[in-house]
Formats: sequence, structure tokens, C-alpha cells
Amino acid sequence: MSEGGGWFARLKAGLTRSSDKIGDGITGLFTKRRLDDAALEELEELLISADLGVETAGEIVEDFRRTRFNQEVTPEEVRAALAADVARVLEPVAMPLAIDRARRPHVVLVCGVNGSGKTTTIGKLARQWKDDGLKVLIAAADTFRAAAVEQLEIWGERSGCPVVTAKTGADAAGLAFDALARARSEGFDVLLVDTAGRLQNKKALMDELAKIVRVVRKLDPEAPHSCLLVMDATIGQNAHAQVEAFRDMVEVSGLVLTKLDGSAKGGVVVALARAFGLPVHAVGVGEGIDDLHPFEAKAFARSLVGLDQR
Amino acid sequence: MFETLSGRLGGIFDKLRKRGALSEDDVNAALREIRIALLEADVALPVVKDFVEGVRVRAVGQEVLRSVTPGQMVVKIVHDHLIETLGGLEPVALDIGQSPPTAILMVGLQGSGKTTTAAKIALRLRKRENRKVLLASLDVYRPAAQQQLQVLAGQVEVPMLPPILGERPVAIAKRAMAKGRVEGFDVVILDTAGRLHIDQELMAEVAEVRAVTSPRETLLVADAMTGQDAVNIAREFNQKVGVTGLVLTRVDGDARGGAALSMRAVTGCPIKLMGVGEKTDDLEAFQAERVAGRILGMGDVVGLVEKAAEHVEREDAEKMAAKLRKGEFSLEDLRDQLRQLRKMGSMEGLLGMIPGIGKIKNQIAQANLDDKLIPRQEAIINAMTKAERRNPKVLNASRRRRIAAGSGTTVQDVNRLLKQYQQMSDMMKRMGKMGGKGLFGRGGMMPPPGMPPFR
Ligand SMILES: Nc1nc2c(ncn2[C@@H]2O[C@H](COP(=O)(O)OP(=O)(O)OP(=O)(O)O)[C@@H](O)[C@H]2O)c(=O)[nH]1
Ligand SMILES: Nc1nc2c(ncn2[C@@H]2O[C@H](COP(=O)(O)OP(=O)(O)OP(=O)(O)O)[C@@H](O)[C@H]2O)c(=O)[nH]1
Ligand SMILES: [Mg+2]
Ligand SMILES: [Mg+2]
Repeated sequence: MSEGGGWFARLKAGLTRSSDKIGDGITGLFTKRRLDDAALEELEELLISADLGVETAGEIVEDFRRTRFNQEVTPEEVRAALAADVARVLEPVAMPLAIDRARRPHVVLVCGVNGSGKTTTIGKLARQWKDDGLKVLIAAADTFRAAAVEQLEIWGERSGCPVVTAKTGADAAGLAFDALARARSEGFDVLLVDTAGRLQNKKALMDELAKIVRVVRKLDPEAPHSCLLVMDATIGQNAHAQVEAFRDMVEVSGLVLTKLDGSAKGGVVVALARAFGLPVHAVGVGEGIDDLHPFEAKAFARSLVGLDQR
Repeated sequence: MFETLSGRLGGIFDKLRKRGALSEDDVNAALREIRIALLEADVALPVVKDFVEGVRVRAVGQEVLRSVTPGQMVVKIVHDHLIETLGGLEPVALDIGQSPPTAILMVGLQGSGKTTTAAKIALRLRKRENRKVLLASLDVYRPAAQQQLQVLAGQVEVPMLPPILGERPVAIAKRAMAKGRVEGFDVVILDTAGRLHIDQELMAEVAEVRAVTSPRETLLVADAMTGQDAVNIAREFNQKVGVTGLVLTRVDGDARGGAALSMRAVTGCPIKLMGVGEKTDDLEAFQAERVAGRILGMGDVVGLVEKAAEHVEREDAEKMAAKLRKGEFSLEDLRDQLRQLRKMGSMEGLLGMIPGIGKIKNQIAQANLDDKLIPRQEAIINAMTKAERRNPKVLNASRRRRIAAGSGTTVQDVNRLLKQYQQMSDMMKRMGKMGGKGLFGRGGMMPPPGMPPFR
């Protein structure tokens, strides 16, 4: 499942399928057509179908109304302009995660709701950073879920990075603390901390996450230097509540959007970019170790509206 | 950040109620709000459109225009239509069939909750229906997927088909069914790897598994927080594999769960079960009324009572339900509840079920209502006299000081508890006024918070 094509090709493969409808919609809508109220409304609906949310879709379409109302437009023009508008929103948040080699280790805490792709993303990140010549240690601080440790150990093997583990049921914060101590004494550049999936409305579980942060700060007051919130591209409007809750609890520094190889468009990141301005560091486009790529605003936006990659 | 449907409708209908009668424009305004609210609840657009049209057909013309309280009528129409779209009031049970071994095939996107749900179903069938269940993992892709199921199988005390290294999914499925036949299992639950509905190869693979095992149930497991893509996911899985039922997971989250409506609408398949937590007993029968209430932003009293019933003596639960209905709710009942809460598990799951909790959510957050709080609250109630517990009105300042001292807490703690008790009992009284036809009766409905009850 992991092989095949460059990332553009893979993203495109997914997004072309997913955008067929959006693309067709726009084609059907706007061929030799005036941008009137009805056309704009349908355009808005197309954005809503991509999970941008009612408000964001409405505002983007309002921009269209202001600048292009009643113009005769071709589908190409509409898509290009729409993509440009979306890309403008996304450009400021499209930034890769930079590891500060001076930290030794740069601690990256990875959190998110259940099943979003945290553990897999850690495996992918570990591999990338290892390839960059960094010495990476992984902490298996999901001490709750069945076989979470075994799963991460396999990702450790695949990426060639050691994994610090404890038994299921052990204290996650204690494990993170031990891992950081080891990373410091053995001169690791990066410490990646996997955490158990948790729903943001569960106070006790969120407190546990905050505890991990508190405890690692005993060793390094600036840790974690990055805190990634991993989100599944199929998610709808609950993404807002997730970002809000995790940000308040552990100062999320950036997002990773996974499963973009599916048909979901992940359009909610457009709304998130406007609401929170948090960096989007990377996108997951498959289950293989190399299926993690930088988030590119233009490519994402153009794919979102059904424009072919060039 | 998003308003609940009841909030939105409440706002509009407040205005409407003042005017008394509805014009066509009024209906349109209401329908626009319904549309937005459903979209914010992640109901997929095509489904929203159909839904709103359905409401329009029912609303315009007849009842609403002639109704004395048109706002309430529209809320009722929306609610009833929601229930209908979700599949009606009667939950549809898993079909185990008559000729064992019955195969149950779990399918869905990556990370949706298949493996966890497989174990939950195994536990449910073993415990409630006394079935002999076999679990088998056909997931040869995800790292440690088979270990995960192995651990869960151990937790639910159900045997798992021993994995053979390198065996392909179709072969595993056949071996599982053979073992099921030979060893007299009633049910064989087949957990499969997560797959994208656009992945032709893997969809073909699971279709083949289905062909060789003829499962009685093919359950599509989907996350309650899924967005607009829910329609595509459900449609594709249904067309390519054939789905007999849906399972909605992570209903313990705070997503509105509009995906339930979307998937039910495009497949016509009943939503059979819902996952309400990570533990193996966090699985419940799907109930349209409860999920509709969620989408509408109402509490889930039915769920609370039901969950209690499993852990508490049945009569106790019924007594409590009766008390709730009558609006009699003493501090002793609260103490009983706190005790049961401790037995039942985490607070968060239960809090979501208490009606009107949305409104006092912030206060609860301030009150720092966590699991450690329960024993403390119990201690406070224990420090009261019987008379005080039955009639908290007598609790003046000096009595409160005594109780605080007696329970090792502060007067603020005592006050906070009493305030919470007051809020709960007010809510229950309000609900009680709706009578048997209301919350606990079939077909009735609960008005959204802030709206007067139906008469
Ligand atoms: N198609 C696809 N699948 C992915 C991607 N990222 C992760 N997955 C799959 O999603 C499923 C869940 O991934 P995990 O990494 O276990 O997710 P998690 O957030 O660690 O899950 P919990 O620890 O249980 O909360 C697995 O089947 C992964 O293979 C992606 O970018 N694309
Ligand atoms: N809060 C909550 N978590 C759940 C629920 N159901 C499953 N989970 C969690 O969701 C995550 C993924 O569950 P899995 O059962 O591994 O999902 P899966 O569909 O088998 O994943 P793949 O095999 O990778 O496709 C785990 O962390 C589970 O504990 C639920 O109802 N509520
Ligand atoms: Mg994990
Ligand atoms: Mg699984």
C-alpha cells in the first residue's frame, strides 16, 4: 500500500477522484455562464461539501461576489480564482516543522483524538529526520491502547530509531520523563513523544496530557518545543473544538493532516487557518513510511477545487 | 463555537411565537436556519437538502400556519423528521441468524474503530446473548493489528483465531469460518484492515472476503466526527462491499454526529450500534431519539437511565426514572447517583447525558467536576442529617459550616454541591412537567432548553 508515484501524483490521484464532483459541479455550473446569485450559491455549496464550513464558504463566496459578480466566466477562471483565494488563506500557515539542532533534544509531543494517525505520523517523521542525519528517539507514551507499544516498536524498526517503552498501564508522564532523560544523556537531536488518542471533551484525559508537559518541563523548562495536533482529513466541523481544546491544554504549535489520500478534502483546514492561524506542517498521503509530505498551500487549494496539478 | 440546532431554532421561534402565525417567509427563514444548523452538525449537503425539503412539505400550509404555537410545531416536525431519517424509534438488533456459525464482517476507513468495536461486539454477544464467539483478524497490513485484537480478545474473554504468519486475508477468513464450524461457534467476527473506499484493490479484497464467508452482517464502522465525505464513504462501501448495518464510534465525543444522518440516508442501512468510549463495554444500541437529541443539542436522559440500569438493580433504575419524572429528586437520590456514577465509570461520558448540561457546562468546568470530586461530594452529603438530605432548604450558614467541617471540605464546596443539586433538580422538574408523553415516552419530544414545554 505504500509504493507508487511521487506525492503530487498520489495527492492528485486521491484528490482528482474526490474533486471530480467539485470539478464537474463547477464545469456544469459556469460554462458560458454569468456569475449570478444562483451560481454563487451553488459555488458556496461546493465549498461546503469540501468541509470548509458554512461560514468560511460564505465568506470566500462573498469575496467572489464583490469582485466578479455578473462577470461572464469560464470554469477554468472560476477554479483558478477560487484556488487563489483559498491558497492565500493557506499560504501563511504552510510551513514545515523545523528542528532546532541546538536543543538536543528538540522535544516533539504528538497528540490528537483516537485513530487520527499519530503513531503512523511519528514513524514517518522519525524516518525523515533520521534521513536528514538527525539522531531520533521515540517515546511510547501511549500506555493505554491495546498493542500501541508494539505498533510503535514496529515503526521504530522501520525508521531505524530506538523506542523507549513501558508496560501497558504505566504512567505516561513518567515514561516521557525517562525518555527525555535518556535523550539528553545520550545526545539525541529529537525526541518524538507518542501519546494515547483522546477526545478533547474528556477532561481527565486532557489533564493527563497536560501532566506529560508538566513533567517533561522538570527536565527542560522549554519542552516540548513543538506540539503537533494530528488530524484526520475526513473530519468535519468538530475540528474547531479539537484545535481549541488541545491548544488550550498543551499549546499546540502546529497541525498534521492525515489520510489526504482518501476522498475527503480536509477543507476544514481552510477554516482552521483563518480561525487559529496555526501552522500546518505536513500531510499524510498513505500508510507507508514515506507517505508524509510538506503541506503546500497552492497544491492543496488547486486540488481542493478540482484543478489538475501541473 | 457553533450554535446547536435547538439554539438556532429557539432564537427564530422566539420571534415567531410573538407574532403567533407563520408566513411563507417565516417558514423560509426557519428552514434556512435549519439548513445551517444541520451543516454545522456535519450532515452532508445533499442529505440536508432533502431533509429541509421534507420539513418544508410538512411545515408549509397545514399544521404550522394554523398552529397556535407555530415555533413549537416546527421544532416537533424537525425532530420527528430527524427520527424518521435516522431510522425510526426502534433500534435494529444485530442479526445473528439461525445457522451458526454466523459471520460478522467489520469494514471501514483506517482508524474508524473496527478492531475495538469487534471486541466490544464479541463481549456483548458473549455476555448478553450467551453466544460462543470467535474473533479473527484479517488485518495483515497495520503494524501490530493482530496483537491489538489479541489483547482485546483476552480482555473480553473470547478466543481469537491464532494468526499464521504470511497468511492472506481471504485465507484467514476461510480458516476462521472452518474453525467456527468445526468447534461449534455461534458467531465469527472478522476484523479487517482499514481501507479507503477509493482503493480499488483493497475494496476488491474485502468484497472477496465477503463472498467467501457470506456474513450475516457486514458492519460499516464510522467515526461520529466524520464530515461531508460521510456520504461518499457510506455509498462506496455499500456499493462495493454491501453493508447491512452501520456502527457509529466516538459518540462519547462532542461532535454533533451529523454523519449518522448522512450515512443512514444514503445507504438506507440501519445504524445498529454506537461506540461511547474506549473500553470494551462502551457499546450501546443505537437509538435514533438519542442521536436526534444530540444533533438538536438536547441532553440524553434516556441514555443515562439506560446505562444506570445495567449497573444498578433494575428496580432502582426504574425508581429513579419515576422520581425524575415526578420531579422528586432529593439529596439522597443525588448521593445514590454519585455512587452509581462511580460504579459506572467516567464522569465525562455521563455528564453528556444529563439534559441541559450544555447550559451549565461552564459552571461545571469551573467547579472542576472530575472523578476525584465524586467521593468528596458523597462525603458532604454523608455529613448531613437525614432531615437535611430530604429538605435541603433548612441548610443555613451554620449547618453548612458544620457539614463542611464534618466532611473535611470547605463551605464553598458545600455551596457548590447544593447549587448543582438545585440545577439538576430544576431540570428534572422541568422535564417532569412534560409528563409521560415527553422524554420517556415514545414519540414524544423534549423542548430545547429555554423553550417552554409543550402543553
Ligand atoms: N490512508 C491513510 N491511512 C493512514 C494515514 N495515516 C495513518 N493512517 C492509518 O490510520 C490508522 C490509524 O493510525 P494510527 O497511527 O494508529 O493512529 P493513532 O492516532 O496513533 O491512533 P490511536 O493511538 O489509537 O489514537 C492506521 O490504520 C494507519 O495505517 C494516511 O495518511 N493515509
Ligand atoms: N473515545 C472512543 N474511542 C474509540 C471508540 N472506538 C474506538 N476508539 C479508539 O479509536 C482508536 C482506533 O480504534 P481501532 O479499533 O484501532 O480502529 P480500527 O478501525 O481498527 O483502525 P485500523 O485497523 O487502523 O483501520 C483507538 O484508540 C480506540 O481506542 C469509541 O467509541 N470512543
Ligand atoms: Mg497511536
Ligand atoms: Mg483495526
